[in-house]
Amino acid sequence: MTPRQPRPPSARPIDTRAFDLLSLTMALVLGLHAPHLPWWLAIALALILGWRWWQRRQRIGRVPRWLKLPLLAMLTLAVIVQYGNIFGRAPGAALAVGLLILKLLETEVARDVRVGISFACFALMVALLFDQGLVATVVVALGLLPALATLRALEPGQLPAPSLPRALLPSLALTAAALPLALLAFLLVPRLSSPLWGAPAQDQARTGLGDSMTPGNFTDLLTDDHPAMRVSFDGAPPAPDQRYFRAYVMWHFDGRSWHRPDPRYAPSRPPAPLEVASSVQYRISLQPTRRRVLPMLDVPLQAPAQATQQADREVMADKPVNDPLDYIGRSALRYRLQPDLDERSRRLGLSLPADFNPRTHALAAQWRQRHGSDDAAIVQAALALFHNGGFRYTLAPAPLGRDSVDDFLFDTHEGFCEHYSSAFTVLMRAAGIPARVVTGYQGGYWNKFGNYLLVRYSDAHAWSEVWLAGRGWVRVDPTGAVRPERVSLGAAAAAGDQLAWYRNDWLQGLRNRWDIVNRWWDQGVIGFDALRQRGLLTPFGIRDADTATLGVLLAISGVLFIGIGLAWALLRRQPRDPLRGALRELERKLARKGIARRPAEGPQHYLSRAARALPGQREELASLMRSYLELRYAHDEPPTEPLRAFQHAVRDFRIVDVVK
Amino acid sequence: MRDLLQRLQRRAERRLPALTRYRRPENLPIELHRRRIYIVPTGFGLGFSVLLLVMLVGALNYSNNAGLLLTCLLGASSAASMLVAFRSLDGLRLGHIRAGHAAAGQPLELILAFDSRRPRNAIRIDLDASTIAFALDGHASALVKLTLPTEQRGWQPLPRLRVWSSWPLGLFRAWSWLHPEQSVLVWPRAETAGPPPQARADDARHLRLHRGDELAALRDYHAGDPQRHIAWKASARHENLLVKDFEQPQSHPQWQLDWRQLGGLDNEARIARLARWLNEAQVQRRHYSLWLPGNEIPGGSGPLHYARCMNALAQLP
Repeated sequence: MTPRQPRPPSARPIDTRAFDLLSLTMALVLGLHAPHLPWWLAIALALILGWRWWQRRQRIGRVPRWLKLPLLAMLTLAVIVQYGNIFGRAPGAALAVGLLILKLLETEVARDVRVGISFACFALMVALLFDQGLVATVVVALGLLPALATLRALEPGQLPAPSLPRALLPSLALTAAALPLALLAFLLVPRLSSPLWGAPAQDQARTGLGDSMTPGNFTDLLTDDHPAMRVSFDGAPPAPDQRYFRAYVMWHFDGRSWHRPDPRYAPSRPPAPLEVASSVQYRISLQPTRRRVLPMLDVPLQAPAQATQQADREVMADKPVNDPLDYIGRSALRYRLQPDLDERSRRLGLSLPADFNPRTHALAAQWRQRHGSDDAAIVQAALALFHNGGFRYTLAPAPLGRDSVDDFLFDTHEGFCEHYSSAFTVLMRAAGIPARVVTGYQGGYWNKFGNYLLVRYSDAHAWSEVWLAGRGWVRVDPTGAVRPERVSLGAAAAAGDQLAWYRNDWLQGLRNRWDIVNRWWDQGVIGFDALRQRGLLTPFGIRDADTATLGVLLAISGVLFIGIGLAWALLRRQPRDPLRGALRELERKLARKGIARRPAEGPQHYLSRAARALPGQREELASLMRSYLELRYAHDEPPTEPLRAFQHAVRDFRIVDVVK
Repeated sequence: MRDLLQRLQRRAERRLPALTRYRRPENLPIELHRRRIYIVPTGFGLGFSVLLLVMLVGALNYSNNAGLLLTCLLGASSAASMLVAFRSLDGLRLGHIRAGHAAAGQPLELILAFDSRRPRNAIRIDLDASTIAFALDGHASALVKLTLPTEQRGWQPLPRLRVWSSWPLGLFRAWSWLHPEQSVLVWPRAETAGPPPQARADDARHLRLHRGDELAALRDYHAGDPQRHIAWKASARHENLLVKDFEQPQSHPQWQLDWRQLGGLDNEARIARLARWLNEAQVQRRHYSLWLPGNEIPGGSGPLHYARCMNALAQLP
């Protein structure tokens, strides 16, 4: 055996504890990224991670190069096959996580670990680009703990290591101590008003409502439980059956789908006239949709800032909603919308594709004959048909053929809001009543702790509007005729037991209540942008805090925190000397009688002087002096029992005034 | 590069003692306090701050507030680790130093006793190119063994020691100088080969009982008795430590080592030869006495006697 040169500490293989912690960090990063990685890649990386961990326990050493290089090539290839390139958020993240796991294969010395941990911290932040919800952020922040613990474990010369979970505690304490500074920096770091380079594609936004409607295509939406928007009202919220949020108004029917008029060809017209009897003001926080439409309660009076109102009182933002958006709206609850119908709208509201749905046309003609010119009676007849005709509300209806409305009305008899509103509108048009389809959200959960209405994607809804002479456009919700709970209680109640197990009642209730925390997080943390930051210091008299002000404040408060930290670092608890303390007490008592200890006077001289001055207590003072001298000079450390006796004696010492 | 830096440092310390806070040797105990602890980021710390910057710009660019919060948390934790690094040295106390024995050219063992009122981790001491890491549990003092290279016999002042720590995250390095005012005595180097001492003729008659391999009796322990002679089993039954007394008919005569006999040699050669004789006598467990100018050591044997002789030899002018 040849003698080895002693290697420098940085080149020595790391111990098992550090490697375990590093593997734990990597596993956490992989777990956080797993939801948006291709499943086969996630599993393959997890297997590599587990194998390497096991292999390092058996034998310390790097994985040979002939194994590492093909794995690297396979990873790059896999990412390119999956995503087409290696740039962009999703492929970049997949590549980063893959490289991180492969880095583990060659990690043997402290330097490798430090590189790996730095990269893991970066990968943790990348995970937040995919989901910056409260839970995700907290989990990612907890991911810092094993990372910091790994760095700790690298330092040589430590006290015996505690168990693995307890090894994380000091890191927790460190991050907890750093939290105030972190929050302050978060508040004061100047935000960019525009990105330095291309902002990422916001494909994490849910699409929400589409601008066309085909009966049956809401199903995905109706099972999506994520919040679509949150609404808080000035004053009392409207009754549940008035919580209709209008997004799109659809006129064109091609036999299968409903469409909006193409905005490129429709001439822009002023909003339809509106007579208002009562109105309500509210504030909506909309989740990103990547679309321009802003849902508004019922019929909005005017558009919020940076949005315009269309002819049908749809509200469109100037730019697609890529970030959470807050806006204030004012809507009419009792109103007359477009009391005088112009000829163009009447023609549009009555048009139907030719040669479709003959049985529906026949039924409508039959009603028209029976009720004469009484439009309201025909509406009632249609609602009565839905209510009594054996219709069923289901999220999984049978497919429909070419004459979709005929099939639905006379054969399948099952469907959800899209089917009912579509069929109802076609019936009305066939009977000669102008009608249109409106989509949006209906219902929502009233969170009484936060006083806001939580509207989920599953609250998406479609209903109809018919134009009646003298009343204008009147909202008719044919789904309500079939399933009144849909309107009064919401989508989940209407769906009954068709939903997955995790949406049962109490769990849903819990989720609804928990939503207040999400709301607070979304508004307070995620939505804290450059604009809100500028208004941050208004309570302190700074109206428009610009970047320079924020920078100065950040510096000042950073210095303040460093000062606090230094005070802690410099804090030295002087070990208290109990014997000295007891003597001080005795000195105070004697000083009250005018026998003060002189600066250069030793305890023996001083106490003898006191004994002479107080002849009545000479014995007592002499005994105190003896025990003090013994305690002080006979031992290195005063023994406990005699020390306590001395302290008691000093406490019980009273100076008796001698009347001379 | 490294040499150049070290030379620059030495030059700077000589020229600018105030700036470089060059510390003169000082008496033990030495307690580290804030005015003599310095902190700089390590290479890893610099790299890590670049990473933090990248994370910050990324989070700001994508206006990802959760990412920004994470970056702030990581940055604040790093900053807090600087204070922890400082605190791991602050209040550290070097109580005393015990030096071993070594001949010139051999490494000399130093034992440094550090104590502290609170536990400390990962404190390191640099001496020459070697680094020792140790921890303190806050109760007992930590004994740190260092080896000091020696060159020539006589009193050798202790070099300046760098005590440092990059605890807890390796991002910052806190360090301080320890320059204790203490010297260690280095024994002379023995010559490799030479004649044996001239034995007096009558020495052979002085055969008497001497420490040997055969167990004669048990007696009380005296300071200086070799540990391997302690009769542990027997001692367990008594209050005092007992030592096995060995006896052996002395086979070697007593040596009288005398400076004056080595007339033809210069001083250092004399010392080297005497040192070799002393070593041989010690190995052969002989009885010997030593005469040096101004110092006469009567006959004796054993490690204490040996050390006394060597010390006297080492201190010769």
